[in-house]
Amino acid sequence: MTAYIIRRLLYTIPIVFGVLLLTFVLFTLVGGDISMEIAGKNATPETIAEIREEYGFNKPLFFSWDSQFIRHFKSALTFDFGRALDREPVIDKIKRGVGPSLALTVPMFFGIVIIAVSLSLLVAFLRGTVWDVVALVLCVAGMSIPYLSFILFGQYFFAYKWGLFPVFFSPDLSIPQYVALPILIGIVTGLGSNLRFYRTVMLDEMRADYVRTAFAKGLDARRVLFKHVLKNAMIPILTQVVLAIPFLFLGSLLLERFFGIPGLGYLMVEAIGSRDYRVINAMTYISAVLFVIFNLITDICYALVDPRVSFD
Amino acid sequence: MKAPKGVSLWRDGMRRLFHRRLAVVCLGIIVIYFLLVAFIYVVELFNWRIGPTLWAEPTGPSYQPPGSENIFGTDIFGLSVLRKTLYGAKISITVALFASIISIAIGVPLGAIAGYFRGIVDDVIVWLYSTLSSIPYILLILAFAVVLRDKTIAGQKLTGITSVYLAIGLTGWVGICRLIRGEVIKHKEHEYVLAAKSYGCTNKRIIFRHLLPNVFHIVIIVFSLRFVSFIHAEIILSFLGLGEADRPSWGAMINDARIELARGVWWQMVAATVAVFFISLALNIFGDALRDSLDPKLKVQ
Repeated sequence: MTAYIIRRLLYTIPIVFGVLLLTFVLFTLVGGDISMEIAGKNATPETIAEIREEYGFNKPLFFSWDSQFIRHFKSALTFDFGRALDREPVIDKIKRGVGPSLALTVPMFFGIVIIAVSLSLLVAFLRGTVWDVVALVLCVAGMSIPYLSFILFGQYFFAYKWGLFPVFFSPDLSIPQYVALPILIGIVTGLGSNLRFYRTVMLDEMRADYVRTAFAKGLDARRVLFKHVLKNAMIPILTQVVLAIPFLFLGSLLLERFFGIPGLGYLMVEAIGSRDYRVINAMTYISAVLFVIFNLITDICYALVDPRVSFD
Repeated sequence: MKAPKGVSLWRDGMRRLFHRRLAVVCLGIIVIYFLLVAFIYVVELFNWRIGPTLWAEPTGPSYQPPGSENIFGTDIFGLSVLRKTLYGAKISITVALFASIISIAIGVPLGAIAGYFRGIVDDVIVWLYSTLSSIPYILLILAFAVVLRDKTIAGQKLTGITSVYLAIGLTGWVGICRLIRGEVIKHKEHEYVLAAKSYGCTNKRIIFRHLLPNVFHIVIIVFSLRFVSFIHAEIILSFLGLGEADRPSWGAMINDARIELARGVWWQMVAATVAVFFISLALNIFGDALRDSLDPKLKVQ
């Protein structure tokens, strides 16, 4: 078991290395020297030289102790990503954005999971009837409408026209006030694909032999669904949930953009607009590291819980 | 006595597919969208002055509501929203098509090679796609799109949609690579591969002439479903200002609508949403039906 955990830990090293390599290729090799863009139009040669010094554009790419390659790795491993274009350290911006992002994504995510799982049980129970077909059609229809349309129409009707919610974020609003509508829109948007996924999970379980046995020994449908099917379906559901957690830290790009919520999604949109490679680089790296960590946790939990996992 | 005639996987799958009326209707819708795009390309090639390619010419006053003159009304410059919507199909479908071609060209050979040779080659390819899939998909596309935009690579400046489909294509091959690798590992143990080996077929021939045709239906199923996500990715990229800037696209139309909705101008938004909705719905239903007909056990995320 310990050997398995150590082996699994070692396996994360090449992945993190790969992510660093990829971000290096993207933002340094392909992105290139952007000191002119950073300095702006009327910059003196001295300013540009200063920026080149700070960002390390004047250093060799590889073979040297202070090369850009080594620098890239060092900055990532110490979580010191330098300063953004507005001279604020990138890591401070990210720390500031995590709170609002989580306030938005955590209730949204758990709302989606709870509603989708309960509905999927219901739909699995009603399989083969008209209601099953109706639910499926609604899911596919919901998945086919662009995310942006949901957000725009939701914001227009619920906030702007009917005035039920504030249209934009403002510092004097309390957290529940400004995240309520984005959460609602997020849940409606995400419900389609999630309900369809969990329905498949439930139906796969319903076909299992133990369900037939449970019915055969005279249990009623409610008992079979909640005591047998749901318990067994928890494995794929929990995997899905745990693996989605790292994405919650990222916030929601589009929802935060539309409602002006100062989270990480908004930070990302701003960074894209101003082509702030350092912010995008830091966000990419941090989210990948989170994903790797949560993947590791899932695998170890599996090994602990499921006796069928082998340790070779 | 004559041996009973066998039915191939494809013929059997197609027979089952065409028995589903809904799937056939959806295929019809998909064909209409593609014909429209082909039509726009032909019209542009010959410089005919008809239909959606005249989107740049005003057809009425600014923000004219839908009516008899303009079915879907006009935008801020008095351009016909109907023409813009039809023209937007060209941008979206072109992007999704090129992105699919790029990801198939990368993902299928890599998956087949990894599954066939295993060993160190397999390790490297698995490492490559594990790395890519550890970064959230939307972030990965954005990182590629931001960096590639307006870059000059091999003397070619990447403007407009080129950087968009490159970004989507270069990141979208992970899923298909993983599936093909898994299938090839399974198929490698079959007798027909052993037979091919005993004839003295080269590895290249076994992979490309024997194994790939047997797993290729997966590519078609996966991409009929992935096409939708490519179209939606293009909309998000256009909306974030990373897409086509000079010609109308659905993402740009939705971006315009952000300001227009507050003024009560809803038609541009509705037109773009409806256009995306029908192609997505048709592709989703058709892709599912295709999977059910050809390979019901396949799990596509």
